[in-house]
Amino acid sequence: MRITCPICGARDRREFYYVGDALALDRPAPDAPAEAWDDYLHNRDNPAGPTRDLWYHEAGCGAWLVVDARHRDPRGASASSWPRPRRRRRDDGIARRG
Amino acid sequence: MRFSGLRVLREGADRQQGLDSRIWRDAEPEAAPMTWSSSAAAGTGLATAYYLAREHGLTNVAVLEKGYIGGGNVGRNTTIVRANYFLPGNSEFYSHSLKLWEGLEQDLNYNVMHSQRGLINLFHSDGQRDAFARRGNAMINQGDDAILLDREGVRAMLPYLDFDNARFPIYGGLYHPRGGTARHDAVAWGYARGADQRGVDLIQNCEVTGIDIEGGRVTGVQTTRGAIRAKKVGIVVAGRSSQVAAMAGMRLPIESHVLQAFVTEGLKPVHRPRRQLRHGAFLHQPVRQGRAGLRRRSGFLRLLRAARQHADDGTRDGGGHDADADDRQGAGAAQLGRDHGHDARRLAHHRQDAGRGALSQLRLVLRRVQGGAGLGRLLRPPDGHRPPARCGCRFRLDRFRTGRGLMDEEGTGSQHNLH
Repeated sequence: MRITCPICGARDRREFYYVGDALALDRPAPDAPAEAWDDYLHNRDNPAGPTRDLWYHEAGCGAWLVVDARHRDPRGASASSWPRPRRRRRDDGIARRG
Repeated sequence: MRFSGLRVLREGADRQQGLDSRIWRDAEPEAAPMTWSSSAAAGTGLATAYYLAREHGLTNVAVLEKGYIGGGNVGRNTTIVRANYFLPGNSEFYSHSLKLWEGLEQDLNYNVMHSQRGLINLFHSDGQRDAFARRGNAMINQGDDAILLDREGVRAMLPYLDFDNARFPIYGGLYHPRGGTARHDAVAWGYARGADQRGVDLIQNCEVTGIDIEGGRVTGVQTTRGAIRAKKVGIVVAGRSSQVAAMAGMRLPIESHVLQAFVTEGLKPVHRPRRQLRHGAFLHQPVRQGRAGLRRRSGFLRLLRAARQHADDGTRDGGGHDADADDRQGAGAAQLGRDHGHDARRLAHHRQDAGRGALSQLRLVLRRVQGGAGLGRLLRPPDGHRPPARCGCRFRLDRFRTGRGLMDEEGTGSQHNLH
């Protein structure tokens, strides 16, 4: 598996450290209710298919990346982008799907 | 048909003409409403159906399997049977499960090749010795057996190991005499046969595509072979729990990860009479050999989440295959017969869970990799029946929300990316 880093280009995935679901970027507000934090920490969509994950280019430029397994370049490398929160959380902080 | 030693002799004399290779009926979906339908027919699903029938007399049960019997997680699992867990909750659950295993073959009248040949967890540092001494004490307090072996004690049992390995010198081991192995798919067949004999319908090639809900109650399931009405539905689908639960609008604290195993070609018994399990600081490489002579190694749980239901290359790259130093002495040259990956359901840290869904007629049993027979007894029967095995009462889904009783066996915290 190869991952395309925005700085270094397509690299072997063993240069990267896997962190987890990119949902980690969607942190609730500090004063969000306990249910929002429970949802953020524990509940997952767990798709049976491509995932969107957070990786760290540990043996490279040190960048944090979001790798979207749905998008691949013609050589099969997974595309990545800079991490940024996908959406603003609503007031109650609970992610809405759909 | 009952199996017995006498029958083996008689059939042997008669060219086995009287044996039918089909040991359960292949049922068709019925239009008539079922009392229960439980999806998935790997080990836990079948065990659940079997114990519903045996313990509670519920025979109006259909087991719906997307693929074939024994093709779920039980088709891959690492065959090890043990009760060496540390924390309250886990400890009594696996103890209960091991006791079920000990009577399982007689109970099922089926040879699942359960062989209690013992299990040794090696330790490679003073710190690990302390941790294993503590674990052994917890096992003894639970009523199970554990013996802390020093280096010479291990040498007496497994003289061919590399005791002075530079990276993983062997300091000793924790010996669990009642641990052992079983033939994994025979367990599925045995439960299937037992459930079928009690009247449970096993329906293969029947994928659940939806769960019918009317007014907050489950009324049945939609499948690729038509609708099946049911008063209650149990979900016992391991790595696909999230997908099936989503049909009922539930979102679970689960990530699926591939757990990879390697099986060698058949070999003469090497680990006789004991089997051993290597346990290094960065290495967790169970090696075992069952009665059939296949050596089996389970690799690492893949860090990368993926509900993909097949093996991938990462484990072999990452040293899952050849990092095992003692294998070079034992059977490092053995060819791999097959390797296989399967989805291990992994909760935000933990073992397994059983509980009620948000809907009153829905029951869940979510499982981790090695639940054993005990998991089949976690599904809550209908009200008015005897409750399920008490040892399962701590496996509650709400423990993540409340933070009580998390059973964090490895001490890593209850987050998905920390194990």
